[in-house]
Amino acid sequence: MKRVLAALLLIGAAPAPMAPVRVNADLLLTTDAPRLADYGLFDAAETPAPGVRPYTLGTPLFSDHAEKYRFVWMPPGRRAEYRAKGALEFPVGTVLIKRFGFPADLRRPMDDVAMVETRLLIHRPAGWVALSYVEDKGGAVLKRAGKRIPIRVTGYDGQPLAIDYAVPNQNQCKQCHMTGDAITPIGPTAGNLNHGLFGEGPSQLAVWQAGGRLAGLPADNWPRLARWDDPAEPLEARARTYLAVNCGHCHDRAGFASNSGLYLNPEETTPAHLGIMKRPVAAGRGSGGQMFSILPGQPDASILVHRMESNEPGIMMPQFGRSMVHKEGAALIRQWIAAMPPAQAGGG
Amino acid sequence: MMRGTLAALMAATLLAGGTTAAARMIHVGPGDNAHERLQTALIEARPGDTVHIAAGRYALADGLSLDVDNVTIKGDGPDRTILDFTAQKGEGEGLLITSDNVVVRDIGVENPAGNGIKSKGSDGIALVGIRVEWTGGPKSTNGAYGLYPVSSKNVLIDRTLVKGASDAGIYVGQSQNIIVRNSRAEMNVAGIEIENSYDADVIGNTATNNAGGILVFDLPDLPQQGGRNVRVTGNQVIANNHPNFAAPGNIVAGVPSGTGIMVMANEQVLVSGNHVMGNNGNGVMIVAYTQAFADKAYNPLPRGVTVAGNHFMDNGKAPAFPGGKEIAAAVGGTLPPVMWDGITRYAVPGSGVERAASGGVRSDAAGISLNLGVQGTPSSAAKPAALPLLTIPIAPRAAIVLPAELEARAK
Repeated sequence: MKRVLAALLLIGAAPAPMAPVRVNADLLLTTDAPRLADYGLFDAAETPAPGVRPYTLGTPLFSDHAEKYRFVWMPPGRRAEYRAKGALEFPVGTVLIKRFGFPADLRRPMDDVAMVETRLLIHRPAGWVALSYVEDKGGAVLKRAGKRIPIRVTGYDGQPLAIDYAVPNQNQCKQCHMTGDAITPIGPTAGNLNHGLFGEGPSQLAVWQAGGRLAGLPADNWPRLARWDDPAEPLEARARTYLAVNCGHCHDRAGFASNSGLYLNPEETTPAHLGIMKRPVAAGRGSGGQMFSILPGQPDASILVHRMESNEPGIMMPQFGRSMVHKEGAALIRQWIAAMPPAQAGGG
Repeated sequence: MMRGTLAALMAATLLAGGTTAAARMIHVGPGDNAHERLQTALIEARPGDTVHIAAGRYALADGLSLDVDNVTIKGDGPDRTILDFTAQKGEGEGLLITSDNVVVRDIGVENPAGNGIKSKGSDGIALVGIRVEWTGGPKSTNGAYGLYPVSSKNVLIDRTLVKGASDAGIYVGQSQNIIVRNSRAEMNVAGIEIENSYDADVIGNTATNNAGGILVFDLPDLPQQGGRNVRVTGNQVIANNHPNFAAPGNIVAGVPSGTGIMVMANEQVLVSGNHVMGNNGNGVMIVAYTQAFADKAYNPLPRGVTVAGNHFMDNGKAPAFPGGKEIAAAVGGTLPPVMWDGITRYAVPGSGVERAASGGVRSDAAGISLNLGVQGTPSSAAKPAALPLLTIPIAPRAAIVLPAELEARAK
């Protein structure tokens, strides 16, 4: 089951070792295929089919330390439309592919990666459809109801680490991906793609435009989300990006957590909606006995931190998509709150 | 026989709103792999279908969810079909509904880690004959809400029982056109709570041994606010003297133990025909939002609150709110049934403008006003005075009516 995925990272450059597979565009448009292989997105050696191209995000969602490999395929000759806010507008027929795997040792993320699942977002004429394919003996198979998969790896500290990994069910896919009533992509926003592929070289926006895969890109002033883990970037930008990517898809006026009044999308500016001096509404025991989502200067008294640092259902945020605490992410938010000037009760 | 079944099926289909495909009954029974089988049934259900969960105990490590319109989830009774979330590892709810015209009925939900059953954004949600219970008794580590429709429309909660919620047993938030009836809430922090909602009837319920029996609240900084047109009528609100076990920080953590019915902010609230007995604090407490707020659009005052035709007995013996004991002593040792904080003005945040309430508070039962005046004044500054005893003809207020199709499926 374990496969070295380092080769995956070289795709595009590397010549296909065997007769290339062809993407089955008609099947993508019409059918929830029972097996991932049916779509022809990858060959038996996991090499992407022609036109299936990798992309990376400046700041990814935390998924229990899974390594994630992202690809996009658009129908030949079609382009995505630039959007300043939210995901790019991808043409009907597009498939966004996210493959999840765990390296045997988290300290060597390129080596000995065992694939776990592959998630597809397919843009059909009636809208986007979310499907997850879970690795099985004969290849990845469609799993609508989700699945828990025990993962054992060596952690960053060199100690054995057990991860209770959860493949999302179809409804959970939608909970995160819904805007209003419609499923939409989350990751490939202009701001999060405005980085080099794998963090190097020219912006992917420029590369996509030059390759005829992106239309409508303005001449300048491209939005850019910070890299959450780059200490050279401003703390505020790193923290807001981290929250936007990990929380802002639900905590948005059109998202699943709209009723909370806590909005962590990148565009939000009202302090109370960002959580500053905001009292809990329906947090229940999730409040941890604290009065405010964010109490400036006091991360220990901020519900946001309490919920990020919990693993208990009913308290933890996000509610699913992780089974472990993202210590580095929580530390960043702690640092951000600690640096905030004190605010007056009642918010701003 | 065949013909009869078919006719019944077709009738059911017509009732279900004219779905074209024949409605199916999908059966799920207890046993191995219960979560995957239940969740698969809920995903594969088509509009018009019923997912039948047979009697038995289902130990579930993850929450369940439904996102298909016009589906009925039906158990064999709240004490026979039991969804047991004692070992829940993931998600914020036991069962989450995100689709329209859904009926969930005749099931028990035990020990969910977060909320029991939540609907988000549903138009047409009926929760009927359901029991949600934290079986270890009231604890601050219990989940928040038992039944939790939010941002929903056409909401029916009927013949339910909720015990042990660390926030509200039955909580309807940011919703519209709501009936909560014939239900029982006990040993929760709040029994029944209607929050930031429009057009609700809370009717014929029993709220007992909670910290607060029935709450009608409106809070700032939320997408839907300006709660209005709520009628609390014909309920038994008895001995809600349980210690408040909510985690601090939550709005209900501020509800004093011993509160029968509490109205905070809101407009046009009618409290009538209830039996309110043995609540040690206030039979009915009417207050402005107590905290500082920054939301310029928010009105923290209760407006047009009428208390009429209720039966009060044996309330107000041991008020637990700050200053309560002193106020009670000043009026002869026992608080009268109705207490209003007497806040009639508030400062619009950041504007320097002060606004006053219109409509006020009227009661035909004995009451006091604390005459606090401007929003934010602490109760220690109370200048208690009797409320005028009014004769109030109860104006006929149209009952909330839900879609007939939803009511028929909830029978």
